[in-house]
Amino acid sequence: MAAITSVGETPIAAPAGRPRGMQAGRRRRLNTFRYVVFTLFGAFFLIPLLAMLRFSLEGAKLGTWSLSAWRQIASYQGSGIPPLLSSIEITLELAVITCAVMLVLLVPTMIWVQLRVRWLTRTIEVLCLLPLTIPAIVLVVGLGEIYNRIQRFSLSALMLFWIYVILALPYAYRALAAGLGGIDVKTLSEAARSLGASWFTVIVRVIAPNMRQGILNAVLLTFSLVLGEFTIAYLLLYTNLQVELYSISRNTPNAGVLFSTSFAALLFAFALLMILSYAGRGRRRSRG
Amino acid sequence: MTVAATTKTGVRPSWAGRRPHAPTWVGTVPFLAYVAIFLLWPTGIVVIDALKNPDGAWAFSNVSEFGNPLIRGYFIGSFKLCLLSAAAGSVLGAILAYAVASGDPDGLIRRLYLSVSGVLAQFGGVTLAFAFLVTIGPVGLLFHASWYFDFPWGIGLIYTYFQIPLMVLVFMPAIDGLKVQWREASENLGSSAWQYWRYVGGPLLAPAFLGGALLLFANALSAFATIQAWENQIAYIVPQQISTAMSSEVGLSSVNEASLLALGLVIMVAVVMTIYALLQRRAARWLR
Repeated sequence: MAAITSVGETPIAAPAGRPRGMQAGRRRRLNTFRYVVFTLFGAFFLIPLLAMLRFSLEGAKLGTWSLSAWRQIASYQGSGIPPLLSSIEITLELAVITCAVMLVLLVPTMIWVQLRVRWLTRTIEVLCLLPLTIPAIVLVVGLGEIYNRIQRFSLSALMLFWIYVILALPYAYRALAAGLGGIDVKTLSEAARSLGASWFTVIVRVIAPNMRQGILNAVLLTFSLVLGEFTIAYLLLYTNLQVELYSISRNTPNAGVLFSTSFAALLFAFALLMILSYAGRGRRRSRG
Repeated sequence: MTVAATTKTGVRPSWAGRRPHAPTWVGTVPFLAYVAIFLLWPTGIVVIDALKNPDGAWAFSNVSEFGNPLIRGYFIGSFKLCLLSAAAGSVLGAILAYAVASGDPDGLIRRLYLSVSGVLAQFGGVTLAFAFLVTIGPVGLLFHASWYFDFPWGIGLIYTYFQIPLMVLVFMPAIDGLKVQWREASENLGSSAWQYWRYVGGPLLAPAFLGGALLLFANALSAFATIQAWENQIAYIVPQQISTAMSSEVGLSSVNEASLLALGLVIMVAVVMTIYALLQRRAARWLR
């Protein structure tokens, strides 16, 4: 099979990259290797997901099929924990707030630094990448006391966004830096300024729209990060989606709704990232 | 916030002549303040608390608790798990990254694997533990692995599920950076594929590979959600014990145990990330 596909593939999709000059025999061996690797890794990545999907479609009796677990997403209510739907809502709201705060905080600052305060570039970068070095659980230990004090006023889980913005910084920064690097900030701002634009106009209406690919990337990465966050919410005793799923699994092991909700969340994240990948077509993304 | 600070001159140009401008760095104050409050301050609290008694007196002798066999056990557990998952993840991830990178740079397979990697690298969380539970756990569809709940092995396998995609993401740019000309040159000089990898490709990729492995190590070090959902009765690794120490008073009564453990964790990650940064700098010299 590999040989056939490789013969079909070589002339059409002759990659612009490295292997063009390779001898035919080597090329064929490489293709065999590639397809074996893709099959094995594909299986490794797919099988757990399929198992989860199968369990989400499990009927009341073992081995039967039913959609009830998927219908339960909207109505599930475990004993002693908030209803599932409310924690889904809170998580989505958190994601939106976190994205908004992240953009307001980071985009103007990065543009401003690029335009006027060049000597701070390095500092901002280090600060933004620092959360990669300081594990979330450490932040919780430090913030726990403060949050516990605030909690007396029984604030909702939405207050988590303060820390989530910090967690999102490294990913958002890199996405935005890539977007900012792709445009000629200096010329744009000089043109706008010489036409009488204020700095506000320069940042919000001239430069920001030009880096919308970077902004979109930053938003999607932040969004998927918030959807999957567990550590901080769990330790500060707030209930978001992941904490809810965890509590359900403690109360009722192997509840079907666990798998349907998890799978739905995963599909959602995947759809977001697919959008990102297609919206960014033609431009090389670099992460890491 | 930054916007407000930067608009002044634009909105009220009459000021411009009369009053000296605020220094330009003022525009970055909101960002710096935010990071200081929610990132630097909590970290500072952790470091200070770790060196104090619960009653608030300084106690630098707390550091000697790292020698306590119980505490050391958590660090050894963390080390084992991170080493296992980073080693497996980086080797397998590098193989997959090479297979993906040697194909059509704009093809479907590459696009698919990159977006999937983007999702799965973030797909830690409790969901991942559920997925493996129904694949190879006690209720597994594929088979019932007797070692599923054995410490480094079962959870190590689960960790590779997000480590491999992360390696693909960080290693891909390095492979893309290998120039066609290098391969052609070595082939023209009559080298075999083995010789090419042994004397050209391997040494070029080595810093990036080691850097990726270190990043995976740090990544596993701070992961908490998955292992908590996998087994929440026994604490094997540092973050689990931090969580236990935060929610209960038992433990080392004379020490702020959570803070001390957190400090140890930060030191470990910091060492790893420093080596990572040094290696990246070395790699960047070649792979431009």
